[in-house]
Amino acid sequence: MGSLRNNSFHVIVIGGGITGAGVARDCAMRGLKVLLIEKHDLTHGASGRNHGLMHSGARYAVSDPENAAECIAENRILRRIARHCVEETDGLFISLPGDDLAYQQQFAQACISTGINAQIISTREAIELEPAVNPDIIGAVRVPDAAIDPFRLTMANILDAQAHGAQVITHHAVTQILTSGTSVTGVVATDSYGNKTEYHAPVVVNAAGIWGQHIAGLAGITLNMYPARGALLIFGHRVNNMVINRCRKPSNGDILVPDDIVCVLGTTSDRVPIDRIDDTTVTNGEVDLLLAEGVKLVPLLARTRILRAYAGIRPLVASDNDDSGRDISRGIVCIDHAKRDGMDGFITITGGKMMTYRLMAQQATDLVCRKLNVKVACTTAVTPLPGSEPMPVRDDDEDTPPVSFAHRAAEGRHGTLVSKIHDERPEQRALVCECEHVSTAEVNYAINELHASSLARLRRRTRLGMGTCQGKMCACRAAALMAGRDGDPETQISDLNAFLNERWKGIRPVAWGTALSEAQLSAMTYQSLCGMNLIQPDDLPKASPQTSPNPDSHEV
Amino acid sequence: MSKVSHNFFVSSISDNNFEECLKCSICTVYCPVSAVEPLFPGPKQAGPDGERYRLKNPNFYDDSLKLCLNCKRCEVACPHDVRIGDIIQRARLQNSRRKPGIRARLLASTDLVGRVATRLTPAFNTLQNLVTAKEYKHRMLGIDRHFSFPTYANTTFEKWFEKNAAKQQAGFEHQVGYFHGCHVNYNDHGPGIAFVKVMNKLGFGVTLIKDEKCCGNPFMANGMPQKALKLAFHNLNQLRLPASQVSDVLTTSSTCTFTLRDEYKFVLGLDNHDVRDRISLATRFIFKKIEDGELQLPSVKPDFKLRIAYHSACHMEKLGWSYYSASLLRMIPGVELIMLDSQCCGMAGTYGFKTENYNRSLKIGQPLFQAIEEASANVVVTDCEMCSQQIAAATGARVMHPMEVLALAFS
Repeated sequence: MGSLRNNSFHVIVIGGGITGAGVARDCAMRGLKVLLIEKHDLTHGASGRNHGLMHSGARYAVSDPENAAECIAENRILRRIARHCVEETDGLFISLPGDDLAYQQQFAQACISTGINAQIISTREAIELEPAVNPDIIGAVRVPDAAIDPFRLTMANILDAQAHGAQVITHHAVTQILTSGTSVTGVVATDSYGNKTEYHAPVVVNAAGIWGQHIAGLAGITLNMYPARGALLIFGHRVNNMVINRCRKPSNGDILVPDDIVCVLGTTSDRVPIDRIDDTTVTNGEVDLLLAEGVKLVPLLARTRILRAYAGIRPLVASDNDDSGRDISRGIVCIDHAKRDGMDGFITITGGKMMTYRLMAQQATDLVCRKLNVKVACTTAVTPLPGSEPMPVRDDDEDTPPVSFAHRAAEGRHGTLVSKIHDERPEQRALVCECEHVSTAEVNYAINELHASSLARLRRRTRLGMGTCQGKMCACRAAALMAGRDGDPETQISDLNAFLNERWKGIRPVAWGTALSEAQLSAMTYQSLCGMNLIQPDDLPKASPQTSPNPDSHEV
Repeated sequence: MSKVSHNFFVSSISDNNFEECLKCSICTVYCPVSAVEPLFPGPKQAGPDGERYRLKNPNFYDDSLKLCLNCKRCEVACPHDVRIGDIIQRARLQNSRRKPGIRARLLASTDLVGRVATRLTPAFNTLQNLVTAKEYKHRMLGIDRHFSFPTYANTTFEKWFEKNAAKQQAGFEHQVGYFHGCHVNYNDHGPGIAFVKVMNKLGFGVTLIKDEKCCGNPFMANGMPQKALKLAFHNLNQLRLPASQVSDVLTTSSTCTFTLRDEYKFVLGLDNHDVRDRISLATRFIFKKIEDGELQLPSVKPDFKLRIAYHSACHMEKLGWSYYSASLLRMIPGVELIMLDSQCCGMAGTYGFKTENYNRSLKIGQPLFQAIEEASANVVVTDCEMCSQQIAAATGARVMHPMEVLALAFS
């Protein structure tokens, strides 16, 4: 393939979600020179706005057995390669009074014929396994569902891609697809200040999720996406330790997933116009609908604090006029636009599910390799992601000092990479985020090694600000740690404002009771006590231009 | 459709009390342990914040929770009624993996040790405070060598009562019950004898609770929930016996009172609503009767003069009842009462006895000891027997129970 110029790559991947990260990792592991471009931050779209559910495939066994088979195969692979992102919880599919038990039979049969180990168990056993479940259940099926952390999973793929030489640029939008005749030759990426840069590659992979329609349009190609919006609620702590699904045709609010130390109820599914895909505000109607269904799964939810609501847009590919999008296949769509539209070197990888991202990446990378005539086999199914290597056994005798709470929490978040968090000194162990037990050492690690250049990025890398107080105690401490690095108060103040407002956006739809009191105390703390609302840009010391980098432009 | 739809009620108050925490951190400011011990994560971290993680995985429990005194000052400080101390106490009882050792059993088994010791006094007292015995306890049991264990009386209060007071009690028109507690029974009969004298003087006969046993608090503090439960069931049953159906059961120990009323309910999860409101400290009972005009203080010795420094024990603070004891003392002509700033003495039941806690215990109590010295009072008065022990040992001050002051004034 000859030598490559500085801005030249073998392949450019558009989109920093889990699919793009997976494609970048696979391509890089096969020896390609890869550039990944993301418009916002990693996991900005559906990858950061889903259930965190690692399907067993059972949910699709009846309606879409092909997708179900992909799910269970990937489920088994992810348990091996992404150990630190996965919690092996198992799941229940419960039937409630009024639900059709004949469907349960059909469901269990479909699972078994797809290779999913589904067991019909007694209601008593189900309640013993998962005491939070509605005691009125009339039937239960146990399946190998699990919980998976999409932020960690994406980050681990990015870290491994970079370890194999990939370049990753965030906060750059692809504004033009460069073509020569019927071949793509590269892209133009534009930062938020309008600075444009050309990058060249013979293959461009469109992994932009729901924004893929727009990206395809830049290459003059028509791709009809079907934006299916799903809203979810996060509860303050774990009420369940197993995934709880409703055993019926997939519908609203019928899955409750224990994610790390919270649980997430979802989802809704509504088609939204393609020009509304950036609006992720959750409506009161969606909250009411989710709660009304959720309490049927677990009655305790009615009296559990809700932390926030959020919504994401599923990148489905349109097939017919199904209004909810529930009937569209979650199967993988890998389009070779050379065949479909006569555009050489352009590939779209979309559809699928977060948990089949690795297979999607494999299919896309296989196609990339065919185009580049590279013959290297895919090894992503057998190579653990960074952090997922076996954990060294801890010496637990009396002489070794006990490992701090925050260190144990960090171990859950970063797997073996926790060894890079240096918290030997007391000031390194000082907590920044108290709800999620994020230490100063972990924040510094995220800033230095996980490219956390803003509070929102820090949150996605560490869980900082994701806990009960939603950033009240940690936001200003974290902002101070960051300001200590680039020395620009104005940037930090605006970042702090943006972070707090983003937290409020998710609290607002569920702002009653304790969540409202908490938000009021938070507002009081930052406004009345710290005077955040009174700070004018002129009040701040001016940073010299050299120390004031463009906050939105970041090469990771 | 199904029954479950009736359950749909979105509540503004979580069933999980720890979720009511607004993270204001005021509890940590008021925590006596956090003030001196950096290894203690503080009530907010050990309580509500830790609880979320322990619900995910009990392995997030760690032994730093054992540094908690169970003083409940965090709960008094909390503006949102989070039962922080109870969360920590329950986590300790549920998650402590180490089996209680000999020391824990010795310190907790007040009845057993008490019964043996009262039979063997004075030999027991002499023996246990011998240098060699203290050294043995320090090294082998982890009971600090600096501590003089409470001395044991040569009989029990129950026997004293049987012999000296039981007969006269039937002569009174009104009767009150008396839950004397272990310290009065085995170590210091003083507050018990004073209680009987004062109640008789005020026109009340005293009935003991039949077969009273330790309230169970030391077992909770030393990681033995099953023993505590057994005692709690026993005591609740005894309090429910027809013979114990005097309308008021009075006490002289703040911690026993608090345990019977609140720890049974919130830590052990027992239903005690039928007996809870009948249990009251004697000082509160007397003060309320006087305030309601149902009682008058008897006349006091003409030359009675006493400058008192009153110390609010932690569980008195939690009950909110220091007011009653202090106000009652103020009613006594000749009493000058100095209200000490409410702070923990550091003893916390059996906490201060333990070798690993001894220095911390004294450090916690230091501001209180200083305040006591500055008050230059004739006597320190407190409702808690263990505070009394700590204050006497640390300051050399004479310490009395409020009932003893009343008995002294009225004699």
